[in-house]
Amino acid sequence: MSEALAIKDPFGKATTGKLGMWLFIIMDGLSFGGLLIGGAALRATAPSWPNPGDLLNIPLTGFNTFLLICTSFTMVMALNSLEKGSQSGLKKYLALTMAGGLVFLGIQVYEYYHFILDGFIPSTSIYAAVFYATTCFHGLHVLSGVIYIACILYAANQGRYTAHDTDHVEILGIFWHFVDLIWIFVFTVIYLI
Amino acid sequence: MSEHHEQTFCSKYIFSTDHKVIAKQFLWLGLFFLAFGGFQALLIRWQLAYPEQPLPWYLLGNLFYEGGLMTPDHYNVLFTMHGTIMIFWAITPMLIGAFGNFIIPLQIGAPDMAFPRLNMISFWTMFLASIVLLASYLLPEGAAAGGWTSYPPLSTPVGGIAGEGQTLWTLALTLAGTSTLMGAINYIITVVRMRAPGMTYFKMPLSVWGLWLTSIMNAIFVPIIAAGLILLLLDRTIGTQFFIAGGLATVEGGDPLLYQHVFWIFGHPEVYILILPVWGIVSELLSVFSRKPAFGAKVTAICMCTIVVLSSIVWGHHMYTTGMSPLLGKAFMFLTLLISIPSSIFFLNWLGTLWRGNLHFDPPMLFAMGVIWVFGLGGLTGLYNATVTSDIYLHDTMFVVGHFHYTMAASVLFGGLAAIYFWFPKMFNKKMNPLLGKIHFWVSFIPLNYVFFNMMVTGYAGQHRRLYNPSEYEFLAPISDLNISITTFAIILGFSQLIFAYNFINSIINGEKAEANPWKANTLEWTLEGPIPHGNFATTPTVYNGPHEYSNPAVKDRDWIAQSEPMPT
Repeated sequence: MSEALAIKDPFGKATTGKLGMWLFIIMDGLSFGGLLIGGAALRATAPSWPNPGDLLNIPLTGFNTFLLICTSFTMVMALNSLEKGSQSGLKKYLALTMAGGLVFLGIQVYEYYHFILDGFIPSTSIYAAVFYATTCFHGLHVLSGVIYIACILYAANQGRYTAHDTDHVEILGIFWHFVDLIWIFVFTVIYLI
Repeated sequence: MSEHHEQTFCSKYIFSTDHKVIAKQFLWLGLFFLAFGGFQALLIRWQLAYPEQPLPWYLLGNLFYEGGLMTPDHYNVLFTMHGTIMIFWAITPMLIGAFGNFIIPLQIGAPDMAFPRLNMISFWTMFLASIVLLASYLLPEGAAAGGWTSYPPLSTPVGGIAGEGQTLWTLALTLAGTSTLMGAINYIITVVRMRAPGMTYFKMPLSVWGLWLTSIMNAIFVPIIAAGLILLLLDRTIGTQFFIAGGLATVEGGDPLLYQHVFWIFGHPEVYILILPVWGIVSELLSVFSRKPAFGAKVTAICMCTIVVLSSIVWGHHMYTTGMSPLLGKAFMFLTLLISIPSSIFFLNWLGTLWRGNLHFDPPMLFAMGVIWVFGLGGLTGLYNATVTSDIYLHDTMFVVGHFHYTMAASVLFGGLAAIYFWFPKMFNKKMNPLLGKIHFWVSFIPLNYVFFNMMVTGYAGQHRRLYNPSEYEFLAPISDLNISITTFAIILGFSQLIFAYNFINSIINGEKAEANPWKANTLEWTLEGPIPHGNFATTPTVYNGPHEYSNPAVKDRDWIAQSEPMPT
């Protein structure tokens, strides 16, 4: 093929899988956008809206937020270890990230459990409905993320990834960072303001 | 992907990752639901022409209803499921699922989709969605009955229509949306990444442009309706009240209008999602059968892009009668009417392609020209719905039904049929009977126009779109004969599709073997000898020419040159 006919690719060296994940994240972000903007629209027209601080345990969820941000850091470390050729580092940091995700989910379930005991259920008020719909949708993302990490961890255990073949770990990282990032929005909109 | 596995029946025909097999799976699914949804339309028409009279034997009334009598509840289920099935289970799998899968990799010179396994999962998710949808018919209270738009409170458990049909409807639609999104990722990335050397964006055939833009719109708007459907599902299952307000609600703050906004933010682009592949396919077919380059192909592509952008900011024109502020109404009216500019431009380009062309009236060409006619009429009648003043009168009448059947049903049906007639030789390596194809066109075209044009007339006379029994209203008495004649023509239209069904199935079984390039078309898929193996091209083609190089004077002794042949100098 002559040079002149070669196609210029605006996405450079990014692998096809990575582009696919980015596109998925844009779509997923639009779904979250739909939920958050829908919630905001309901809030704008609702006759009354509670102060979230009166209902929710902000310090506990604040800790949860901090935890999730830490798992983003461990995810970066996992990729970093792999790039340096450290298989044990990769596995250690992936396991840590997964554990962080599991603790996050555990705290969320604990939170839900106490709300339900206190009678704060989805049909209590429009605020409760928005709260459960949005946080549960995010929680399902964390759960998928944890399962996703488990799959990659399994493959890492088989020695599937090397310093030159980091693609799958990077793609996992994109998804996990997205789940963290979107939580910052959810936390702000649902818990803080 | 180049490695060759021993293929079992299962991995070759059922859980195949080959885009050509998945395309056929989608095609069969779409055709099944097209027949299913089309038949429901005949039942609806029967009720409008002969209210509360037993259905005749040829509409199988006794099979569905006791004594062949349709109740208002049955009628609600019919028009709801007709709309849902035709849009999401017939048109979407046929045009986007089948032809998107089949055409995109072949026309851009790719070995397969970017994510073949995701492609397979996309089909099986759609299959699961179909089972959920069909299962809802088995519920004691029947399938969903809140209209294809499923506005609350019709679709909510309090004050809505009884039964869990609506819940399964919501679930099935969420699954179908998921399938569409997997397809969208695949199509977009395939076009971005897997074009053959030399295949620049403007050298892509216009069919690929249409399908690609459709996928981009799917990727943007389906996630939004998915969020809305999840909220509706929560309202129906765990007792939230997002869309319930007023006397029906037990907590304050729910808003049924929010659903309408979310629905139409997706729903209006959905119209273009369905029609864009047809625009692309028609632009291409007109060029092939006029033996001329597509007139203003670049401009057509740019116009389609413009419409993608505009279509996302016009959803409010579905909601003029919801008490919208007149200023907002005016803004939406202005933006909606703006769409007629790019539409007119590429419409003119179609006529420009035909102008002084060497026209070949093969069946695909007839159907493509049919699209010009029906889309032209549908587009022009859209202006009345876009304008606030006339829409307030026409809103929710049969005029709207006639209008969107012209644009979405007739155009898309003809576009899909044109595509089937055109790519059938490449898909099945057999010829279809051209005479039956031409007869099929005329017995579809004439009754179809009679039906949809006169639907608009009845709407202008004031007939409401979801009316169960028009004979109950005195002011509709003068059009009862018209309703009867529409139904007669609808039945002719419905049953004349049997010609197509016969031709399609008979050609697959007994058809003559087709040559590699029966239409003398120049896009890449026609350079391949059938049956095309898994992996498509033996060597990746290099693209030298544009997609519509016909009658180029530089080419001697024939009127076309393949995209992968260097132009003689």
